[in-house]
Amino acid sequence: MSSIGVLILAALLAAGFVGKPALAHAFLDHAVPAVGSTVAAAPKQVRMFFTEELEPHFSGATLSAAGGQAVATDTAVLDARNPMEMVLSMPPLAPGKYKVSWHAVSTDTHRTEGDFTFEIRP
Amino acid sequence: MHPIRIAALAAALAAPSIAYAHGFAGDRFFPATILTDDPFVADEMSLPTFTRDPTGPDGSQIFGFDLSISKRLTPDIGIQLSQGWQHLKPLGMPGVTGLTGFSSELDYQLFQNGPHEAAAMVGLHSSWAHTGRVQALGADDFTTLSPLIDFGKGFGDLPDSLPWLRPIAITGNLSVDFPTKTESADNPHPNNFNYGFAFEYSLEYLQHHVKDVGLGAPFDRMAPLVEVAYSTALNRGQAGQTVGTIQPGIIWAGQYIQIGAEAIIPLNRASGHGFGGVVQLHFYLDDIFPNTFGRPVFGQ
Repeated sequence: MSSIGVLILAALLAAGFVGKPALAHAFLDHAVPAVGSTVAAAPKQVRMFFTEELEPHFSGATLSAAGGQAVATDTAVLDARNPMEMVLSMPPLAPGKYKVSWHAVSTDTHRTEGDFTFEIRP
Repeated sequence: MHPIRIAALAAALAAPSIAYAHGFAGDRFFPATILTDDPFVADEMSLPTFTRDPTGPDGSQIFGFDLSISKRLTPDIGIQLSQGWQHLKPLGMPGVTGLTGFSSELDYQLFQNGPHEAAAMVGLHSSWAHTGRVQALGADDFTTLSPLIDFGKGFGDLPDSLPWLRPIAITGNLSVDFPTKTESADNPHPNNFNYGFAFEYSLEYLQHHVKDVGLGAPFDRMAPLVEVAYSTALNRGQAGQTVGTIQPGIIWAGQYIQIGAEAIIPLNRASGHGFGGVVQLHFYLDDIFPNTFGRPVFGQ
């Protein structure tokens, strides 16, 4: 095959794969409160939006305070209407800095994990 | 969810290869770098890599077209196969084209540490004799064996007081060449010490792990980087002679593919002069074919 033919084949493959249904590693797309943000009022939930659909039984999140001590929360769940969204509900939080640690398993069993902080202004 | 599906997922997730596939160590995603190698066994393919080298020391011009494919044999053992094609235009002479030689690599994943975003891999790279146009393009008429170690470290474990440094990651390669012939047609083949590094600033890490600075697609999946690779001869009359390139560029990593582009700057006069460039299209086969070709051949 000529080099031009190989290039065309590669471009076609790339175009095809880009358009495939979600099956890849799940990256965090954005969160509410935003990653690294400072908010005025304590949020009742942290909502995390991922790039792929998640497996509910193998995905989750925890919350810890600035000193590293765990904060009791509800079990993280996926939004019933959007399997790309994970919701962590929590009790009223005092001002301070908090870390959300998440792990996500996409529907093809690829696992990713991550963490981010947000701060509640005094 | 059906219990059988849960059991199947649980079995799959128990396997370390599923936990961290291509380029992941904890929070950190390491893109597949172009000049140097990332420290992961993986199921990936680079097709194509187009290179226009800087003008050679003798005034020659080279255009390259390369294919490389990586495949996990087990969760921790992988192979890489690479083949190049080249158009060489010597100064004042007609151009010639042909294969530049076939190479292979056997790798073993030493470790992947999530909390410290670190990984390392050892391997044996082999450039095989007489697999390219020896006379016309200068392809090797001897086999070279190169034991190597590749490593990577992300700086996400820095304190929160240094947020803007946490997206930085460094990967590196160290190897030594052992040619199976000491010379060809009176040209010596020394042992070479090869060392290369990639310095990356992951905008994906910044946006999704440190601080939401409002980056949207495609910028939230980009990593500006600088790669350097040097080779220093150790003996056979060429001891101390070093060639290499410095390659600043950018990589965009999507869900299934990544695209990279870098400028090529020669390190010294012996490495050429002027500027070159390289672009690469890279496929994540473990994401494209998660249940077939994208899995290890043996083990889960």
